[in-house]
Amino acid sequence: MRGDFLDRYSSLRSPVHRAPAMLKTLSALGVMLLIVALPPTSPLPFAGIALLLLALLLASRVPPLFIAKRILLLEPFVIAVGALALLQSDGLVRFAWIALRSTLSLATVLLLSNTTPFADLLAVLRRLRVPAVFVNTLAMMYRYIFILSDEMLRTLRARRSRTFARRNARSWTLLSSVLGQLFLRSAGRAERIYQAMIARGWQ
Amino acid sequence: MHIPDGFLDTKTIAVTSVLAAAGVSRALRNVSRRSDPRQIPLMGLAAAFVFVAQMLNFPVLGGTSGHLLGGVLIAVLLGLDAAVVVMTIVLVVQCLLFADGGLLALGANIFNMAVVATVAGYTVYAGVRRVLPAAYGRFVGAACGAWASTVLASVCCTGELVWSGTVAWELGIPAMSGIHMVIGAGEAVITGLVLVALTKLRPELLDAGSPGSAAAAGTGWKDVLIHGSLLTIALALFVAPFASGWPDGLETVAAALGFDARALSAPVLPAPVADYRVPGIGSLPVATALAGVIGAVLVFGVSLAVFRAIQPKSLPRRQE
Repeated sequence: MRGDFLDRYSSLRSPVHRAPAMLKTLSALGVMLLIVALPPTSPLPFAGIALLLLALLLASRVPPLFIAKRILLLEPFVIAVGALALLQSDGLVRFAWIALRSTLSLATVLLLSNTTPFADLLAVLRRLRVPAVFVNTLAMMYRYIFILSDEMLRTLRARRSRTFARRNARSWTLLSSVLGQLFLRSAGRAERIYQAMIARGWQ
Repeated sequence: MHIPDGFLDTKTIAVTSVLAAAGVSRALRNVSRRSDPRQIPLMGLAAAFVFVAQMLNFPVLGGTSGHLLGGVLIAVLLGLDAAVVVMTIVLVVQCLLFADGGLLALGANIFNMAVVATVAGYTVYAGVRRVLPAAYGRFVGAACGAWASTVLASVCCTGELVWSGTVAWELGIPAMSGIHMVIGAGEAVITGLVLVALTKLRPELLDAGSPGSAAAAGTGWKDVLIHGSLLTIALALFVAPFASGWPDGLETVAAALGFDARALSAPVLPAPVADYRVPGIGSLPVATALAGVIGAVLVFGVSLAVFRAIQPKSLPRRQE
């Protein structure tokens, strides 16, 4: 698996990428608070925010198609929950506002995560006084997602090459044992990482 | 169940963020107090495991598929506090890198899926373990806990959406909780089966001396108190006002005292569903609650039968 399937464009070079991570994070939060808090009366401020995001996207050189695809990928969740709003009085208007707000917020988060390397986001969390245990665990997790997903794909491939047909009744127990195996390997890896950390004088 | 941004209003965002911060910081404090340096790599890898495990789809009837959520599984394996931290971290990464679940709604999502779901699921697990001390009780307990965690998280999620005025309680509760009673059954089976597989692969893992034994070690009265009050706040804030006749009661009191009921209900609870009535639908939440009770009994009965039948052969011998 490609190790960059999560935030592929986060380390491009552009003015947006070069901007301090703290500034980007806080302004993203600010923009999103604005999106949520603005009264649903006039679409004009929202159009302004959309234009701002579009300008930043173009300046960042992240392929717009990539961001559009990600938004489309997540839109079904928005629509599924938003559909519940459709069933109320003036549901259509309500739904339109929800869809507008969440699409703009989605674009903001995607822009932030694709213009800021994860390590920089972690540094922001550290500076915001998030407890060290939390930030370290987060860093550790991000580091090993890719390795574990490779591990899972290998396990699945090995399983597939040894079984001919997939029957539903068996596949649940088979998949569960793949997950069990994956957990054991993760725990074993955690133990080895700990030994390696000790060996390098951690703490 | 990841709430995207734009669905919650500012007041709900603020309240859920505070509640989530309270729950997670308590878990973090407990984890650091245990001061086992192994915990950091173990929790990091467990979080990566949950993230990856959620990508593995289990085929369900009709070409659809479900996946593990994992909170109760991790709570059984690593202990409750570590599980709260692990699930929080998974949600943070999903939000920041996948934009799955909103950034402002992160507090709500953490509160529902990392705090309420894990704490409630683990409580159910511990309760079932007490009733069923047999070895297979662990699988039954984990399955029931997993089901309860999914359903409760969805109820909280609905409550927050209703509180924000996004959906109506009469429709939200049957739709969301109904779906999650089914999804929860899948979560129950997967959680139980993974534990069975782990017991077969490494029987000693779940016994004393393993990281999981920290789970059994101690939930003191203080933890029980904090968990209890967190869950109570959640229910009181997000469920009770809508589920019971509470707002009506308030209005009655207000009327009796001579207040204008409208003036009261507008700022305190901007009741979005106040004048929302569909004939015959008013009893749906009650029917859903009833379905929930029946579902809980069913999940317990079925998992009892299934996991007693498929428990690893090595277990009874080792118990003697």
